[in-house]
Amino acid sequence: MMEAGILGYSFFQNALLAAVFASIVCGIIGSYVVVKNMVSISGGISHAAFGGVGLGYLAGVNPITGAFAFTILVALGIGILKEKTSQNLDTLVGAVWAAGMAIGIVCISLVPGYAPDLFGYLFGNILLVPASDLALMGGVSVVIVAVVALLFTQLQAVTFDEEYARVMNLPVTRLSLVLLVLIAITVVMLIRVVGIILVIALLTLPAATARKFTTRLWSMMVVSVLLGLVFSTGGLWLSYLLDIPSGATIILLATIGFAVSLFIPRPGSSE
Amino acid sequence: MIPAVDVKEVSYRQNGNLILDQVSLSVHQGDMYAIIGPNGGGKTTLLKIILGLLPATRGEVRIFGNPPEIGRCQAGYVPQFRTFDFRYPITVREMVLSGRLSHLHGATRRYRTEDRKVTDEVLDQLDLARFSERSLLNLSGGEQQRVILARALVGRPRLLVLDEPTVYVDTPSEVQFFDILQDLKRSMTILLVSHDIGVISTHVTKVACLNQTLHTHDTNEITEDMIAATYHCPVDLIAHGLPHRVLKEHQGRVGP
Repeated sequence: MMEAGILGYSFFQNALLAAVFASIVCGIIGSYVVVKNMVSISGGISHAAFGGVGLGYLAGVNPITGAFAFTILVALGIGILKEKTSQNLDTLVGAVWAAGMAIGIVCISLVPGYAPDLFGYLFGNILLVPASDLALMGGVSVVIVAVVALLFTQLQAVTFDEEYARVMNLPVTRLSLVLLVLIAITVVMLIRVVGIILVIALLTLPAATARKFTTRLWSMMVVSVLLGLVFSTGGLWLSYLLDIPSGATIILLATIGFAVSLFIPRPGSSE
Repeated sequence: MIPAVDVKEVSYRQNGNLILDQVSLSVHQGDMYAIIGPNGGGKTTLLKIILGLLPATRGEVRIFGNPPEIGRCQAGYVPQFRTFDFRYPITVREMVLSGRLSHLHGATRRYRTEDRKVTDEVLDQLDLARFSERSLLNLSGGEQQRVILARALVGRPRLLVLDEPTVYVDTPSEVQFFDILQDLKRSMTILLVSHDIGVISTHVTKVACLNQTLHTHDTNEITEDMIAATYHCPVDLIAHGLPHRVLKEHQGRVGP
């Protein structure tokens, strides 16, 4: 029984725990990203995170800490610019996307010596998540669940119909910024698991699959979390079995799940 | 009596273009006031300024004597269709319930028993109770529009503001929708805009025409002069097959 044997290794237990945390935050935050059509903004934010990794290296602090600080600032910047200008948001996101990567590359080139784990940040490796990062992931998950639980009604109103939320005198601008910051910390937390390039898939695919089968936001979140668990643990197991990279396997499994869901009719629809 | 809506010399510029030019209007309590005009004439812009969603470049707006941000708590708003994504996972009841949000306070704004009770009453009143657990996606255009109206009504507004309320619904639903409005007119002030002069029924107490500037008339009649000044082209007033005659008998053809 090879599968049972692998569970005995602490690195595999860590990987499973990381998969659970990742599924929880992806299911919750990814649902907002999907229903509010924020996929490209989230892509921009996640690539900007690479700039934070580079700045962290350059400053000599933990690159993940650098990524948290920088990515939150970028998310707030996008939110404020979106509010202030009538500029096409797509252009803004494209600029942030590329500039973030560029900052990262420049910073890393300025650090003397060999940057050890670049590939790890871009593509992630769930099997190498250290225990200290696991504690961080757990903490971030708790914060995200708590904030969403407290602001659920208002975040639903703002993501459903922003203009009406304004008429209802909700603090729409502040709530939108809160949502962007939640996306930012989710993305950074997932960098170790699937990496900057693949994070957008883990954020959106379970939620996009779940939307089709649910009529309430909270049930969409629950189904997304469950799908995320299936994809991430299934992908982990498959990657071990076939000896292929774990992050990419998880994403491919999620993509197959999403593709299959496209052919399943929406329940309760008359078509 | 304080007017329900008081617009004083409001102008609005967007990217240098003058969208509204010194528009003034008073909607008195109990009025059912219709603003008609062509697409791009500034009707939606005016409603958004009234509700405080856009800042007027010049001029002033009052709702029941208060600035928009305060006054709009006494207003129900039926925006133009499709300002939101119909695939959003939300049930009819949840969406209607969100119309209570302006009555809630505190950091979390949890709904109270009272909010749920009012919501169920309004769902019953608009014959929507049987759809309450469904998603918006599986409803007809007329039903969707009644849901949007229900959301505006659960706040128990004194003023109802409707933007192109029947543009996406079929004719029977449109007739039904105006029957509902006629009912509501007894208990609240109604302000609506439309690009289609055919929707103006005898229920309307006042009509104004808006195309950058506002032409008012103190009755519910639309005069040929108003139409000519607003649309800048001859309009065949009779061809719409109106459910009720709101136009004067013609003395001659409009325009050349």
